[in-house]
Amino acid sequence: MSTSSAPQPHGAPAHLVVVGNGMVGQRLVESLRARDESGRWRVTVLCEEPRPAYDRVALSSWFTGASEADLCLVPEGFYDGDPLLDLRVGESAVAVDRAARTVTTSTGAVVAYDALVLATGSYAFVPPIEGKDLPGAFVYRTIADLEEMRAHAAGRRVGAVVGGGLLGLEAANALLGLGLETHVVEFAPRLMAVQVDEGGGAVLRRHIERLGITVHAGTATAALRPGGDGSVARMEFADGNGIDTDLVVFAAGVRARDELARSSGLTVGPRGGVVVDSACRTEDPRVFAIGECACIDGGVYGLVAPGYAMAEVVADRLLDGASEFPGADLSTKLKLLGVDVASFGDAHAASPGALEVVYTDQVAGTYKKLVLSDDAQTLLGGVLVGDASAYPALRGLVGGPLPGTPEEVLVGTAELAGPTGNAVVCSCAGVTAGEITTAICEGGCADVPSLKSCTRAGTGCGSCVPLLKKMLADAGVQQSRGLCEHFPELNRADLFDIVRVRQVRTFSQLVREHGTGRGCDICKPVVASILASLGNGHILAGEQAALQDTNDHFLANIQKDGTYSVVPRIPGGEITPDKLIVIGEVARDFGLYTKITGGQRIDLFGARVEQLPAIWRRLVDAGFESGHAYGKSLRTVKSCVGSTWCRYGVQDSVGLAIDLELRYRGLRGPHKIKAGVSGCARECAEARSKDIGIIATEKGWNLYVGGNGGFTPRHAELLLSDLTTEELVRYVDRYLMYYVRTADRLQRTAAWVEALDGGIDHLRSVIVEDSLGICAELDAAMAAHVDGYADEWRAALDDPETLRRFASFVNAPGEPDRDIVFVVERDQPRPARPEERVLIGGPRLEVRK
Amino acid sequence: MTAQLEAPHTTAAVEWHVVCPVAQLLRERGVAALVPGAGQVAVFRLADGSVRVVGNRDPFSGANVMSRGIVGTRAGSPTVASPMYKQVFDLVTGRCLDDEAVALPTYASRVHAGMVFVAVAAR
Ligand code: SRM
Ligand SMILES: Cc1cc2nc3c(=O)[nH]c(=O)nc-3n(C[C@H](O)[C@H](O)[C@H](O)COP(=O)(O)OP(=O)(O)OC[C@H]3O[C@@H](n4cnc5c(N)ncnc54)[C@H](O)[C@@H]3O)c2cc1C
Ligand code: SF4
Ligand code: FES
Repeated sequence: MSTSSAPQPHGAPAHLVVVGNGMVGQRLVESLRARDESGRWRVTVLCEEPRPAYDRVALSSWFTGASEADLCLVPEGFYDGDPLLDLRVGESAVAVDRAARTVTTSTGAVVAYDALVLATGSYAFVPPIEGKDLPGAFVYRTIADLEEMRAHAAGRRVGAVVGGGLLGLEAANALLGLGLETHVVEFAPRLMAVQVDEGGGAVLRRHIERLGITVHAGTATAALRPGGDGSVARMEFADGNGIDTDLVVFAAGVRARDELARSSGLTVGPRGGVVVDSACRTEDPRVFAIGECACIDGGVYGLVAPGYAMAEVVADRLLDGASEFPGADLSTKLKLLGVDVASFGDAHAASPGALEVVYTDQVAGTYKKLVLSDDAQTLLGGVLVGDASAYPALRGLVGGPLPGTPEEVLVGTAELAGPTGNAVVCSCAGVTAGEITTAICEGGCADVPSLKSCTRAGTGCGSCVPLLKKMLADAGVQQSRGLCEHFPELNRADLFDIVRVRQVRTFSQLVREHGTGRGCDICKPVVASILASLGNGHILAGEQAALQDTNDHFLANIQKDGTYSVVPRIPGGEITPDKLIVIGEVARDFGLYTKITGGQRIDLFGARVEQLPAIWRRLVDAGFESGHAYGKSLRTVKSCVGSTWCRYGVQDSVGLAIDLELRYRGLRGPHKIKAGVSGCARECAEARSKDIGIIATEKGWNLYVGGNGGFTPRHAELLLSDLTTEELVRYVDRYLMYYVRTADRLQRTAAWVEALDGGIDHLRSVIVEDSLGICAELDAAMAAHVDGYADEWRAALDDPETLRRFASFVNAPGEPDRDIVFVVERDQPRPARPEERVLIGGPRLEVRK
Repeated sequence: MTAQLEAPHTTAAVEWHVVCPVAQLLRERGVAALVPGAGQVAVFRLADGSVRVVGNRDPFSGANVMSRGIVGTRAGSPTVASPMYKQVFDLVTGRCLDDEAVALPTYASRVHAGMVFVAVAAR
């Protein structure tokens, strides 16, 4: 038919019947409904399952808390009240009469059609072994399957999965999550035989076994035997061995549900699947097949992306378009049981003359393989196990030249150029780099969410999202000036002025009057810092507590394992022997790892939240106070030994460093602030790499500003020379306060000075010549800060309400987090690495008193 | 006393465990709690006074720190940001809004007689 079934634009709508409301069937209905503006088609959808379409790809997340509503794929209200759509949940098609053009449903209804689409998906293949139908044997395909599995697993001990492919490993993960001792039985000699090669399979196997899953590769399941209660109790292998198990999941592959096609005389493929042409049409021009039930170009695809492409083709064809199935990209990337696995392109080096380059790191547990053309110039495909971070970039390069030597690419040193043109960026939704670029440059997409709704890229597995972000950045997308979605028009400096001028005292008031929503981890700490800069009492008082980042909230620095570090202030790096001894004793008594920092003080690591107050108590009693290592605030004023001892020193650098550190301690700003004082031009304090750098001269001090170490090093620039100490302090006061008021969120002084219109000359005119007439204000603000300073640790210790928050568990305050595990290295504790945790097997290694 | 009732997300029978007085929770801040059958959970009190409970383990770092994250909203839904690497999670669905493949377990909760209760599937 030259789409003879397609109704004319102004006639009565023709009738389309869609059999199956799975992922692909639903996609077809949505796509057709979106394109069919003049209402040429009325659609009846027969949905066999007791619920409308849901995200089968994310099925496993049902076990980790995703609800049915979370998985649902049908947009809210989609079928309600649309006269052109009729979704029949729980009603399946049982027969098709192609001559009469009718479908008979399970309720006995006979529905006439002008066009019919089969979107019936697959069923799980269960090998024909004895005992396969026993209670306790399951497949892994629908929400109903999962409900039954969970109910059966309750109170049982062991589970086994038949099949070590993608689906089988997902099922194994689910069994682990259900608390079962888990086995995977795979007939092939390795796991994920379809996706990865032998080397990758071996690395994968080691990862999986480390999780406690027992892998039986090269093993055929022969029979299931019941126990006393009649449900599965034992699995027997063909080699005579076997295992005791209470639950079995078959994940040994899928077969197309082509029974309607067979019974109505349509051709099916040699291994099943309704045979269709590149328009997804069967030999009957009124009947189409899409998704996993279709056999297209001789193949049946068990992935959702090709199915979506077919849905789009049919939606287009129904409206007289000429789309054709573009072929499928079978690249996959998954995170299975915490292990990255990716394969793309010609992963098995099937192309004639293909070369393989393999890189394995046994220690890190990574395996990477690139498949190259016979001249080693063109990338054909590859396999990544353990670390798949290069996947998005590499996939975009398939068919093109390598951007470096294979070694460079594999170990990750080559600059991986972004994909262009027809390279597929998102294989789930089949979106090319060209389409993304168009959406950014012409469609006005300025962030990942808008790219998702505009192109559908990133809406599937999500593995292309990092690439989308990079493409946005590469296209030079100007991020909006506002801080975040809660203050879309205001930056930090604006907020600072609003808070200062209108005397706003709480975040709630600020967001109610000048923003939207309830804030986030970006704007809340910024407002917390602004409130603190303007002197609003202890940072954990009242509503302010809820604004603080975890470091500020616990007045300590969080570490990778969730413990904290404690850094007492040691002004200028000068410390008495007695105080050194106290630090040593505290570290010893609490079992803390101890290190001299790059900031001339001592960091004590590995304190659990509930230990922090006791640690501070000891330190505060000995005369220490918080060093604010956790705050966006003054860190250290580093000094060299200076004229007191050094034969070259011309001024007392230690004395000045201590004075400055005590003056500015606790000052909160847009980012951390560091200073250094050197006693002569030899510059042993590295002061010019600091936000404030001071270098002694014969006549006094030279003041340098805007220095930075860190990510983008920058030498501080000379602002003023030969200052007296009094002058120096005055200008540093103003410089800091001007910075605190006007810089952006997380902008160090280096970037701030560079961004100032007029740079350092402008700064000089403001803080020396008072060109803006604000110096009196800045001076007063600093005076208020200096007068208002109080040690945050002591204040917390003095307030029982605040202290109560330093509990590991609200209902067991003294109980430590048992997942924190240390091992001893060079006579000190450190967090156990994952593989060491397995060895230790749970119980804590005692390193604490 | 607010009596707020939510449907537990499991269909199997659930057990309710008492955790702490609701008055002990700061608004828009979390606490960690030990709940039999669920291990460590993170209990949050939102700005409107309602309570949300998710797993305490941060899936990205593996550390038990979710309760220490900053509570906020994204497009109107309540969220918590992991304090470790800052991924944001929806407090209602548990879904990670920065990585669709990741989710926190969620637990039904209710406030009754001034106490916070958390539901876990009966075992
Ligand atoms: C402990 C220490 C390393 C050491 O063992 O020596 C350290 C440790 C951390 N540094 Fe640092 N830095 C330390 C000296 C430095 C220095 C050297 C210095 O201060 O002389 C620098 C370069 C100088 C500079 O800041 O310009 C430095 C540049 C950074 C940066 C990059 C800043 C930048 O502008 O690019 C960060 C990241 C950030 O702050 O955003 C950082 C962040 C961090 C954090 C806070 C990372 C984090 O968020 O967990 C580390 C945690 C500290 C903790 O106690 O848990 N650290 N860090 C040093 C503590 C000094 C102190 O006593 O307070
Ligand atoms: C656990 C799991 C994980 C997966 N992970 C991935 C992944 O990471 N990436 C990927 O690309 N793919 C994945 N898949 C595969 C993916 O889910 C399928 O490719 C996709 O669902 C196919 O869509 P479909 O509409 O063709 O079939 P289905 O989604 O199976 O839908 C077919 C529907 O038709 C119904 N039906 C059948 N016969 C009839 C009838 N006679 N009358 C009425 N209704 C009928 C069925 O009940 C079913 O609801 C996964 C699958 C599972 C089970
Ligand atoms: S350099 Fe990096 S790893 Fe070392 S302390 Fe600083 S932030 Fe941590
Ligand atoms: S590749 Fe899966 S969402 Fe884009």
